Amino acid sequence: MSETSAAQAPAQSDRAAPPRPGLAEAAQGYLLVAPPFLYALLLLAAPLAAIALFSFWTQDYLTLDTTFTLKNYRDAFSEPLYGQLLLRSLLISGAVTAATVLTAFPIAYYVSFHVPPARKAMWIFMITIPFWTSYLIRVFLWKVILGYNGVFNTTLQTLGVIDEPLTFILYNANAVVITLAHAYAPFAILPIYVALEKIDRSLLEAGRDLGENHLTTFWRVTLPLAMPGVVAAVLIVFIPTVGDYVTPRLVGGPNGLMIANMIQTQFLKLNNAPMGAALAVLTMAMVTAVALIFLFLNRKFLRGRQ
Amino acid sequence: MRSLRVYAILYLAFLYAPIALLPLFAFNDGTVIAFPLKGFTLEWFHELLTIPALHASVMNSLMIAVSAAIVATLLGICAARAGTRYAFPGKKGILGLVMLPLVLPEIIVAVALLVVLLQLGFSLGAWTVVLGHVLICTPFSIAILNSAFQSLDRSLEEAAIDLGETRWSSFRLVTLPLVMPGIISSLLIAFTISLDEFIIAFFLTGTEPTLPVYLWSQLRFPQKLPVIMALGTLLVLASILLLTVAEYFRRRGAARTGQSETGAFL
Amino acid sequence: MKDTLGLTKPIITLENVEKYYGDYHALRGISAEIGQGEFFSLLGPSGCGKTTLLRTIAGFEALSSGRLTIDGRDMRGVPANRRPTNMVFQSYAIFPHLSVAENVGFGLRRSGLGKEEKARKVGEALEMVGLGGYGGRAAHALSGGQRQRVALARALILKPKVLLLDEPLSALDKKLREQMQMELRRLQRQVGITFLLVTHDQEEALIMSDRIAVMFDGQIAQLDSPQVLYRRPVSRRVGEFIGVMNFLPASARVADADRIEVEAAGLGHAVIGPEQVPGGFHAGQAASVGIRPETMSILFPGETTGQRVATGIVEDLAYYGDMTYYDVRLDGVEKPMTISMKNLVGRPVLERGAEARVAWDERSLVLFA
Repeated sequence: MSETSAAQAPAQSDRAAPPRPGLAEAAQGYLLVAPPFLYALLLLAAPLAAIALFSFWTQDYLTLDTTFTLKNYRDAFSEPLYGQLLLRSLLISGAVTAATVLTAFPIAYYVSFHVPPARKAMWIFMITIPFWTSYLIRVFLWKVILGYNGVFNTTLQTLGVIDEPLTFILYNANAVVITLAHAYAPFAILPIYVALEKIDRSLLEAGRDLGENHLTTFWRVTLPLAMPGVVAAVLIVFIPTVGDYVTPRLVGGPNGLMIANMIQTQFLKLNNAPMGAALAVLTMAMVTAVALIFLFLNRKFLRGRQ
Repeated sequence: MRSLRVYAILYLAFLYAPIALLPLFAFNDGTVIAFPLKGFTLEWFHELLTIPALHASVMNSLMIAVSAAIVATLLGICAARAGTRYAFPGKKGILGLVMLPLVLPEIIVAVALLVVLLQLGFSLGAWTVVLGHVLICTPFSIAILNSAFQSLDRSLEEAAIDLGETRWSSFRLVTLPLVMPGIISSLLIAFTISLDEFIIAFFLTGTEPTLPVYLWSQLRFPQKLPVIMALGTLLVLASILLLTVAEYFRRRGAARTGQSETGAFL
Repeated sequence: MKDTLGLTKPIITLENVEKYYGDYHALRGISAEIGQGEFFSLLGPSGCGKTTLLRTIAGFEALSSGRLTIDGRDMRGVPANRRPTNMVFQSYAIFPHLSVAENVGFGLRRSGLGKEEKARKVGEALEMVGLGGYGGRAAHALSGGQRQRVALARALILKPKVLLLDEPLSALDKKLREQMQMELRRLQRQVGITFLLVTHDQEEALIMSDRIAVMFDGQIAQLDSPQVLYRRPVSRRVGEFIGVMNFLPASARVADADRIEVEAAGLGHAVIGPEQVPGGFHAGQAASVGIRPETMSILFPGETTGQRVATGIVEDLAYYGDMTYYDVRLDGVEKPMTISMKNLVGRPVLERGAEARVAWDERSLVLFA
C-alpha cells in the first residue's frame, strides 16, 4: 500500500517558518503579564504623567492652580540657580561616569581573562558585596574618611606626608565624585564583565595567529566587542547619578549640591510641587538627550570601525 | 599580567576600605571617628539595644521589606513566565515599562508617587513605602526569575502533562521546584533592596520612619556617630549574610539544572 | 509486520489532517493508518512536519481540520494528559530534581496504587530497560544513554496504546546509537506496544521499522515497508532520501500492458515491467531511471557474466574495509555512478583511471517520471 503525493508542492525551504502566536497563547500571555503591567501602569506611568502635568501648573502655599502655564519652565531658564544646578549635576555625573567606567574596565578585564573559571563567581561575588550594604552608611563613611579630622587626613598626617589637613576633599564636588564613583563601581563592572565573557576566545587566538600582538588584539578585537558592555555601563552609571540625593547632601557642601536636592526642596520645603515637577521633567529630558547623543555617537564610532 | 593583578587588589581594597572602617570604630573606645584607635569596647552595641525609636524603625523596615519582597516576587514570577514562555504583540513595550525603574533616578519615582498619592488624598504610611519599593524591586526579581525560567527545559512541563498531570499540577510538581532557588533568591534580593532603600522611603513614609530614614535623622548628631558605626556594622553583616544565602540558592538551582556558571545573576 | 490492515483494526487513523500555524501550512492532508503492535516511523528532512504530526497525535497541538482517532476514539477535544499515548521527548525531559525511581513512577501518581505496588512496577520497568537497581540515583547525574532509558521506562510503565518517540537517538554518539536501535527494536517486540518514531535518519528508520512514512513538505510522499521503500521508491526524491541512488536520464515508451521499453544513458536499452514504475508514468514525459549501487558490479579482468555490461572509467574510489565504493563514469554520461562492491577474498581493488566493465540487471531499474 503506497500513497503518492497528490499535488506538486511549491518549492519551499526545509526549515519551518516560526509559527505566529495563536490567539490562545497571546491571551494567556496578556493574562499572565497583567498584574505587573497594571501595577507599573498605575504606579509608574500614571504618576510620571502626573508629574509632567504638574509641571504646567502653579502652587501657592497649599492651593493648587491648575491653569496651564509655562511659568515654571520660564523660571527654570531665567533663574541662573536652576541652570547652574542642572549643569553641575550633568558635569558631576559625567565625571563620575568617566572615572567609574575607566577604573572598572581593567578589573572586569582581569576577572574575565586572568582569573581561572572556577574562581570567577567568587570574584564577582566579592565585587558586588559592598553594593549590598547600606548606601547611606557608605556615603556617611566617606564623609568620615574625607573629613578635616577624618581618617584620610589623620593617617597622612601621622605618616608625615602632609602637615595640614587637606580641605579640598570634602564638602564640595570632588567629594561627591569620589563617593559616587565608589558607590556605582559594581554597576559599571558587571555589564563590562558580561560583555567580555561573551567574547569568543578563539577570535582572539585567531587574531594572534594572524600576527597581532597583545596590544593590537586588545585594541582591534577585544575593545570593539566589549563596547556594548561599556555603553551599558555608561548608561547604568550616568542616569541614576544625575538624580542622586543622598551623596550631595551629605558630602557636597553648598557647592556640591545637585538637582535632586533642589527638587526635594521644592517639594517638601517650599511647597512648590509644580516647580519641583518642572525640574524633574527637565532633568529627565536632559538625561535622555545626553543618553541619546551618547548612543548616537557610539553607533557612528562603531560603524566606522567595522 | 602582574600589574593588572596589583591593580585588582588595590581596587578591591578601595571598594572595601570604607566598610572595613565600620568594625574598627564600632568597637573603638572613643567618640571621635579618627585615628589613632583608643581601645576596645562594646558600649556602642549596648547602646543600640536601648533606643526604642531605633527598634521601632527596624520593625517597620522589616515589615515593609517582607511585604515588598513577597509582592515583587509574585509580580516577577508573572512577568518572567509571560516573558519567557509566551509571545504576544506589544510584549517588548509592556516588559520595558515594568523594567523602567531600573534606569530612572529614584528621586523621580519617589516624587511622582508622592504627588499622585497626595492628590488622591491618601495619607502616607508604611503601605505607601511598600508600593514604592515593589516598583523598584520588581525589575530585579524579573531579572533573576528570567534566567531561572529560561534555563528550564520546556519539554519538562509537556512531559508532566503527557504523563497525566494538568497544567497547574505540572507547574506545581515540576516547574515550581525547579525555579524555587530563583524565587528564594528573588525574595532575598528584594528584601535587601527594600531594607536599605532611602529616597523613596524618605518621601513616602508617614510618621513611622524606616531604618534608613531613622539613620538619616541621626547623622547630624556627632555624639551618635559611634553608635551609628555599631549599627552599620550589624547592617553590613546582615546584608552579607543575606547575600551569601541568596548566592547559595542560586548556585544550588544552577547545579540542579546542570549548568556551569561564571558569574552572578546580574 | 502487517501488510494488509483490513484484518486487524488500526490503532491510529489519520483522515485528511491539516495543520496551520497562522499562514504557514505545516500539515497538508495527511491520511494514514497505523497498525496495532507496529513499529512505525515518520521519516523526513527537517521542517517536513513529522514532529508536528507527532505532537498532534500526542495532543500538544490541535488539528486545524481532519480527523484523528486513537484506538477507535476520536481525539477531538481530548487533551494530551488524557490520551492513551505517552511520549519520549527529544531532550528526554527527565525531571532533574527527582530521583530515577521518582521519575519513572511520576505517571503513577494518579493511578491510586499503593506505595508497594508502585515501587514494584517501577522496579519492573527499570529492569525492562536495563537499569535495574538505579532507582535511588539522582536523575540529573545520568549519562545521555541512561536518561533515554529512564524516559522509556517512565513512558512504558503506564502501558500506553502508542509510544511516541521524538528523535530519541539523535543526541547519542554513533556506537551508542547503533546499540540503542537494536535495543528499541527488541523492547518493542517484547512489550508489543505500537511504537511511533520520528527521525531524519533514514538508516535508523530502515533498521527499526515495520513500515515507514516518508514525509516532505507536510505531506506523506510514500508509506511502505522498508523493503518496498528501498526497492520501489515512488519518486526521485524518495529514492534519493533513502539510501544512495544513481540517476540516469532516460526515455521510455509503453510497449504493451506489461512491458515498457527504456533507453537509459550509459546503460542502453532495457525492458522493464510496470511494477518498476511505482510512481506512475505517462507517455511523452521526460524520465529518469534510478539504480542502486549494490545492484551493479564491476567485472574484474577475465570475469564473464550473463548480465548486460556497460563500460566506463573508474574516477575515484573509497575503501571502507568491508566494502569499496567506486565512482564510475559510464561512457556517454557526465555524472559518475556510485557502485559498491564487497571486498571478497581474491577480488582485486581497481585503481583510479582504470577501465571498468559494469554488469547490471534490468530488474533493478526504477523508472521515474
